[in-house]
Amino acid sequence: MHTSNCLTRRHFMQSLIAAGIVTWAPGQGAAQMLSQSPKILEGTTFDLTIDKLSVNFSGKPRTAVAVNGSVPAPTLRWREGETVTINVTNRLKTNTSIHWHGMRIPTDMDGVPGLSFEGIRPGETFTYRFPVRQNGTFWYHSHSGYQEQTGISGAIIIEPQTAESEAVDREYVIFLSDWTDVDPHTILSNLKEDGSYYNYHRPALNHLSGDPQTKKFSTALAQYLMWSKMNMSPTDIADVSGSVYTYLCNGVPPSLGWKGLFEPGEKVKLRIVNGSAMTFFDVRIPGLQMKVVAADGNAVEPVMVDEFRIGTAETYDVIVSPENMSYVIFAQAEDRTGYAKGILATSANNEAKTPTMDPRPIRTMADMGMKMKGMAMPAMSGDGKMNMSGMQGGGMEGMSNMDMPANTAHVAAGHDTSSMTVRSDSAMNMHVPPEEVARTMWDQFPLPQPGRDVLPVGTPTSVPSPLPHLASVLKVGPEVSGIAVITGPKLSDPGVGLQHNGRRVLAYSDLKARYPGVDRRSPTREIELHLTGNMERFIWGFDGKKFSQAQPITLRYGERVRIILVNDTMMEHPIHLHGLWSELENGNGSFNPYKHTLIVKPAERLSYLVSADVKGHWAYHCHLMFHMEAGMFRTVVVA
Amino acid sequence: MDNEPFAHVLLDQLEGRASATGTQFKWDGEAWAGTDFNRFWVKSEGNIARSSMSDGDQEFLYDRPIPRMRYFDAQIGVRADLDSDPTRAWAAIGLEGLAPYEFEFAPTLYIRNDGRVAGRIEGAYSFRVRQRLVLEPQIELNFYSKDDKARKVGSGLSDLDGGIRLRYEINRKFAPYIGYVYSGSYGSSAAFTRATGDATHTSSFVFGVRVWR
Repeated sequence: MHTSNCLTRRHFMQSLIAAGIVTWAPGQGAAQMLSQSPKILEGTTFDLTIDKLSVNFSGKPRTAVAVNGSVPAPTLRWREGETVTINVTNRLKTNTSIHWHGMRIPTDMDGVPGLSFEGIRPGETFTYRFPVRQNGTFWYHSHSGYQEQTGISGAIIIEPQTAESEAVDREYVIFLSDWTDVDPHTILSNLKEDGSYYNYHRPALNHLSGDPQTKKFSTALAQYLMWSKMNMSPTDIADVSGSVYTYLCNGVPPSLGWKGLFEPGEKVKLRIVNGSAMTFFDVRIPGLQMKVVAADGNAVEPVMVDEFRIGTAETYDVIVSPENMSYVIFAQAEDRTGYAKGILATSANNEAKTPTMDPRPIRTMADMGMKMKGMAMPAMSGDGKMNMSGMQGGGMEGMSNMDMPANTAHVAAGHDTSSMTVRSDSAMNMHVPPEEVARTMWDQFPLPQPGRDVLPVGTPTSVPSPLPHLASVLKVGPEVSGIAVITGPKLSDPGVGLQHNGRRVLAYSDLKARYPGVDRRSPTREIELHLTGNMERFIWGFDGKKFSQAQPITLRYGERVRIILVNDTMMEHPIHLHGLWSELENGNGSFNPYKHTLIVKPAERLSYLVSADVKGHWAYHCHLMFHMEAGMFRTVVVA
Repeated sequence: MDNEPFAHVLLDQLEGRASATGTQFKWDGEAWAGTDFNRFWVKSEGNIARSSMSDGDQEFLYDRPIPRMRYFDAQIGVRADLDSDPTRAWAAIGLEGLAPYEFEFAPTLYIRNDGRVAGRIEGAYSFRVRQRLVLEPQIELNFYSKDDKARKVGSGLSDLDGGIRLRYEINRKFAPYIGYVYSGSYGSSAAFTRATGDATHTSSFVFGVRVWR
């Protein structure tokens, strides 16, 4: 089902010209034209027009929704400390919106229709205006219907007020996305009828010929029956696959390959944005090590890697030092049904050999939060311990025989205890900080951005004990097809398909903030949320409820909370909290990284701290578009 | 947002059945429309042979997922036996869903106002030979509490229709198939059938298409 292979170059050139992605210049080499990235707009005032656009990414003409006639949308370049004004004009027949992903801005500028903004009606111009108080790589996209999937998404680069420590000679945005010729509404509809609709690697007779590891039929059959008994599939990696997606790099399909030029000896910064609707990408540049210097816009201590996984909506900045040859920026979809491709070369005529994709990952019982007798468990713990996991209501026999740690609720909540003490009594401490501390801090809200010369505020206060594990009240049902009984952190696990591949792969435990966190208070409250779903019905939610059935999560203005996410599903979810930072508790204490989107792996339990320092209504959701549309969404009210 | 309605039509069997006694045309399908928690279902099946229709069955049901069940829905509504024989109307209550091992299972109980009771059990399993090549054994059993000679059904197990089909999914929504089907009537049903001169046990070679949209 790889449709992109059969396309002719001429076909594509025509379509790219039609799309306004390249300009027709007779006599100019095609490759040169293709090396163009989306247009960069700079300054403090921007006029963005949203309109339909004819495009052709897969060989078939289709209509996209585009910003200023470009898919992806133009890259916006801002400067920290300036106030930007963006006039967005809607030329569609339906409402639209633009959300500034990861930006810390007033709630009425956040651009989520229905929360604190009505959306932009047809023919209307809406003016966004907000001060830019952060720097780094971010992105923007529509938050209306399926417009993000059909074209409205682009990168944001914010230059820091003071120059960065590591100068680079050149930089490129690598904007990854997934294009489909199919109407997104049809995709969700198909998934409602058949949750495996786009999975063309379901267990089949030919897979029974032998287990990949042991080559034994009996093992393969046991595996097959085990998954079948649960009405699930170990090949359930991505809900929407390369069978309908063409993966794009800066809007260029892999059959052509976006091209970026460099001079030998240059240091090149790549600002990599996963602007896809549904796809996790595993990014590597064969022959080049990448120095990761920022995650989700915030500087991290540099870490050299061969590869990293970028969840939907995450951003990473990496610096590479290419020599006098050509390289492929190879971004394979997590389910290995396709890839996005870019080329770094010293000349427009240079090509580079595209590597073959890695083997498809397979889910294990560990991803289900289960343990099978006689099955080897992959090492999956973030704290060096083996987590034996189990599942309630999974239809598994012999579940009662499983070994369970005595205090399961403690496993993740307490994994980063460097800066906190866990009280031994079980009473919840709901206190806000002492009045005096609170008053001096609330003068500073919203809190400053993490960065050099920023003085932290607050002093640690007492920390509540972890809540009892919610699995005891969560029940299986139409919205919950399984509950992982025992979960744990997987911060040092790079993710399914990336373990033990011989490469140095980035893990969340590698992310150590360059600058200490600005809010040093301990949390006074813990909120435990379970990521739940029923793949067969294609219903997703938090705590067994979809958005339409749930109440908002309320945070008190100024409070600092610990959010504990427990993934009871067998898929990764990139969870995004609008408006506020998510400080991932990955063991680096006051240098825990600030992120806006966090991947939660199957059967993982992770925690992060949130300072509720901006009032308003904020969206909180899985950034996989169809998971969000199917219910994995909450409103967070800070009041 | 997450309460958007969807609608689908699935014709599981749309086939010709060639047997020693001739060829008949059979359809069996279902359609639903609604949200995750409130759906209306239509189920329809029937046989056409020599311009007469038999085993006609149309059901109109309201469907809801069962609390605490992950993969089963409860359905309630009406069934009308509409074909060349006298029409019968029933109240229907049943289950439809996925049992462990991905076994599709749908038992339904029918009640008429005169106190007659009928039951139907449908089951199917999709065995994937290759990604697009699927072997699907399927069975349907009908039970009645009392004889209904006009409709050629007798008490107890009245009839059975079971087959095995090998389909090739050209795409998910269009899959031609070939197969083998046995259909038989039992007990007094067999006697009623014999009395009209029809065969009580038929083995057919089938060819058809499974379509949905």
